[in-house]
Amino acid sequence: MSAARPTSVPLLRLTPLALARPGRARRLVERNLVVYRRGWTYVVSGFFEPFLYLLSIGVGLGHLVGSQRVGGHPVGYAAFVAPGLLASSAMNGGILDTTYGLFFKLKYAHTYEAVLSTPLTSADVAVGEVASAFLRGSVYSAAFLAVMAGLGLVGSPWALCCLPIAALVGLAFASLGLAVTAHLRSWQDVDMVALAVLPMFLFSATFYPLSIYPGAVGWLVRVTPLYQGVVLLRAFDLGAVTPGLWWHAAYLVVLAGVSLSVAAGRLRRLLVP
Amino acid sequence: MVRARRLRKQFGDFVAVGGIDLEIRRGEVFGFLGPNGAGKTSTMRMIACMSPATSGELEVRGRDPATDGPAIRAGIGLVPQEDALDAELSVLDNLLVYGRYFDLPRRVIRERAGQLLEFAQLADRAGAKVDALSGGMRRRLTIARALVAAPELVILDEPTTGLDPQARHLVWERLYRLKREGVTLILTTHYMDEAEQLCDRLVVMDRGRIVAEGPPRALVAEHVAREVLEVRVLPADEAAVVAALDRHGAGCDRLADRLCAYGDDGDALLAAVLATGVHPEGVLVRRASLEDVFLRLTGRRLVD
Repeated sequence: MSAARPTSVPLLRLTPLALARPGRARRLVERNLVVYRRGWTYVVSGFFEPFLYLLSIGVGLGHLVGSQRVGGHPVGYAAFVAPGLLASSAMNGGILDTTYGLFFKLKYAHTYEAVLSTPLTSADVAVGEVASAFLRGSVYSAAFLAVMAGLGLVGSPWALCCLPIAALVGLAFASLGLAVTAHLRSWQDVDMVALAVLPMFLFSATFYPLSIYPGAVGWLVRVTPLYQGVVLLRAFDLGAVTPGLWWHAAYLVVLAGVSLSVAAGRLRRLLVP
Repeated sequence: MVRARRLRKQFGDFVAVGGIDLEIRRGEVFGFLGPNGAGKTSTMRMIACMSPATSGELEVRGRDPATDGPAIRAGIGLVPQEDALDAELSVLDNLLVYGRYFDLPRRVIRERAGQLLEFAQLADRAGAKVDALSGGMRRRLTIARALVAAPELVILDEPTTGLDPQARHLVWERLYRLKREGVTLILTTHYMDEAEQLCDRLVVMDRGRIVAEGPPRALVAEHVAREVLEVRVLPADEAAVVAALDRHGAGCDRLADRLCAYGDDGDALLAAVLATGVHPEGVLVRRASLEDVFLRLTGRRLVD
């Protein structure tokens, strides 16, 4: 027998993810898959939103808009918008479950009360939920990419890289969503998240190039997480790949890592009082 | 199975558990008795490795919860106060998914889930939504879920609170069966009859401390006498009655609406009261219970 060791607490604050084990976190993914299987209409509906945007704005509105220049080459408007929508689709897939869905499980359904009475830890919960949202986001991205290819909107063999990149976008937003949601108190707070996501979707150079903005606004857009995804996906989709893109990828990797760590720490304080 | 020394739990300035010692043996049914806020649930959660101790020593299943939480929980089944069933899953899926959390093979869980639904008398509701179950059914499902991993220790936090008498007896019967199978049970309750029926040993908790410990009958024998006389008299007559009972050597508690006196022969106590010439408004002679023990120890009723 040994005494409870308060000294272990600061260590865990630094590395809250140290308590996660992939084998255990996987069980929570399995749980979510059972729920998805029962509610597949809800899952499928998440795919249609960006698809409808692509048809109405990219293809429909695109007839009124001239071609854009990407990497010095002219591209049709639909082909210009499609990777932006792919990035938004990945974002939505990642963030929907870790905001609305997760807040409900945390505050009302008390789903994790039972989970934490098993060998799973709060860090397993963080990893498992992010992994579930990541999977869901990746499925959306793959489906959307297939639609893009079907409509002839893929401009380069580099586009194959769009799938892992979209998955990274989904992962970053899933982690960010969880980190934010774990700090929310009420549904009003959750609505604030939606209020942040919508302008990000509309203004992160999704529908038009960054050059439209005056300097200061342009810099504001440059630091948003979705912008990184849009730039990466547009470049790879249209074959305008440059070494500078590594910075955008690094941004998303760091965002995912830091967010997941913050989320795990917060969930621990919340769920294991 | 469980050993605690000076176990303490504090939330900010609030002391939920104020340094308790415990020794719970393999195979016994051990009860925590006390009013709301006594520290029972906090103690349960520490034993279940769902809440770290603030200080003191704790050992569960021979390991230290501070370092071996997942390994300890692998052998524990928990029935929390709020059922905490997964409302997004069906009755059967609640068992299947929960079993997976323990890393059990699907085949094993399926087999056990079938038996457990029988055990909980829910076999015909396997596909039902959890929301559609009655309170008693939810409780039984929660108990069944706690048993999926065949735990050697089952912790039940107020297993029958809010159940009607019929449902309560069904739960008790299921718990007896577990006991016969050699499972160690730890339960909290604020029902005296439940503690007397089920527990081999128990502790009475009040304000974060243990105020008494022992087998139910021994506690009754130690802290109150065999029988209780309850008398209701006019306020003006109270002093005379208390004096008469004192002369008779009987311990006496004054409650808001009545007096309780303890003795081996309740009828003799009543005779002593009547000999004073006072006419009580009501009298009752009954067997002493844990409720009386609690009243003696804390001066308060358990359930108000």
